[in-house]
Amino acid sequence: MARMKFLCDADRCIECNACVTACKNEHEVPWGINRRRVVTLDDGLPGERSVSMACMHCTDAPCQAVCPVNAIYTTADGVVLHSKDICIGCGYCFYACPFGAPQYPHIGNFGSRGKMDKCTFCAGGPEPDGSPAEYEKYGANRLAEGKLPLCAEMCATKSLLAGDGEIIEEIYKERVAKRGYGSGAWGWKTAYGETVSS
Amino acid sequence: MQALAAPLRTVLVLVFLAVAAIGYPAATQAQSVNPTKNAVSEEQLLQRSKTIRGLGSIPDTKSYTLEQPAGRDWRHFHEVTLRWIGGIAILGMLAVLVIFYLSRGMVRIENGRSGRIIVRFNAFERFVHWMTAVCFVVLALSGLNITFGRPLLLPLMSPESFTAWSEWAKYAHNYLSFPFTLGVVLIFLMWLGGNLPTRVDLEWLKRGGGMMGHDHPPAYRFNAGQKLIYWVVVLGGGAAAVSGYLLIFPFYGTTIETMQRAEMIHGIVAMLFIATMLAHIYIGTIGMEGAFEAMGSGTVDLNWAKEHHGLWLEEEGARSRTGSSQPQPTIIAGQ
Repeated sequence: MARMKFLCDADRCIECNACVTACKNEHEVPWGINRRRVVTLDDGLPGERSVSMACMHCTDAPCQAVCPVNAIYTTADGVVLHSKDICIGCGYCFYACPFGAPQYPHIGNFGSRGKMDKCTFCAGGPEPDGSPAEYEKYGANRLAEGKLPLCAEMCATKSLLAGDGEIIEEIYKERVAKRGYGSGAWGWKTAYGETVSS
Repeated sequence: MQALAAPLRTVLVLVFLAVAAIGYPAATQAQSVNPTKNAVSEEQLLQRSKTIRGLGSIPDTKSYTLEQPAGRDWRHFHEVTLRWIGGIAILGMLAVLVIFYLSRGMVRIENGRSGRIIVRFNAFERFVHWMTAVCFVVLALSGLNITFGRPLLLPLMSPESFTAWSEWAKYAHNYLSFPFTLGVVLIFLMWLGGNLPTRVDLEWLKRGGGMMGHDHPPAYRFNAGQKLIYWVVVLGGGAAAVSGYLLIFPFYGTTIETMQRAEMIHGIVAMLFIATMLAHIYIGTIGMEGAFEAMGSGTVDLNWAKEHHGLWLEEEGARSRTGSSQPQPTIIAGQ
């Protein structure tokens, strides 16, 4: 089984936000929620880099560990998914997440949280693959159709890579070897406990 | 204007040439420039601060935080540390109470009931006490569910019914926090006078509250043990309320990091609070004869008052004897 990962080659990201838009459109993401976003570091300074970030589908995911109702699970592909029927909107996953991935639609007063929403690696949820119920809660299930996440497919500079961790790591290493530099696989150490050795 | 334009143009041309001259050598070396020389690196940024923050282009400024690995420590706290603290505090307290009950038994009114009673808590005081107490029990159970529900309760029920219960527990926890906080504030105000430490408390503590044997150290309306409970409620309840409201209102002046810390304080305070309240419930019910009615009917037997709060009884007696203009019907004939 492939172990699915994201890798953002920050030396290629041009901060066009196409990944963000593609994601929102593909999954009809609720208003106010962005499953993916682009963060620019050292904006305007020499060495500025932009990184596209979403749920990294961590190994031994902290969100899954702290969830008080066991709503979050990891698939055989290493994709971290959750059930909106089980989620109680307590907010614990979002205290634990190193990447700020879990978000909650605002319902009711004050900060009361609805069911958690986050990137699904375009793999839907626990409902039957491609069912309307799945689409409504989690968006498209591209993985079940044999496709990769749309954000990465859409990336104009092929900065954002998604797919089998070993393959995208190999692609990234080749790039680094060829061009002679690379600012590393952002978030890998935190998410997977290991970074690419380049 | 016209006269100024010519010299200005000359100056501009000179400046441009100067800039170009400085820039030229750099441009020739472009081949050997390493584009990552100045590039931000994840490792350096994480050494510099616990979170990596940048700029984004969506309105949600929270999303400008790229990475915050601190969740790992918090996870360990929630998964391991808090469960140990809670387990030891609550089970430890229960064990102590069981052992105490088995060895000491119920503290009896030594001279038996006199049949005459005295008002100890008026209706308002009892209402505030029970409002706070009921809220506390619900808050405690719904809170414990978040920490211990998954390993202890979930295996016993279906995921759907556990979610249904947990969701209701969450709502109860959020909304009952308001009357609970009000209760803590009222308790603070209405019993502050009787709960300031005095010299009598030292004596009471020195004699262990008379818990062992048949000792009855003197006490005013509240003895040192009750004062301890009072301050646990006021300070612990206050800390739980403040840290809890920081979590109910996410990002109102907080970040993920401060919320993690608030959750840690909330959890630890709550566990110790629950353990303390177990002792309070014990001594107010099966631990001592004649104690429950103080908060039940609001009156206690005169002999109970004499034994446990002698100085208070004297005070009350003196007040009714010296008789302010109003009659003081504090001592009422019993059944």
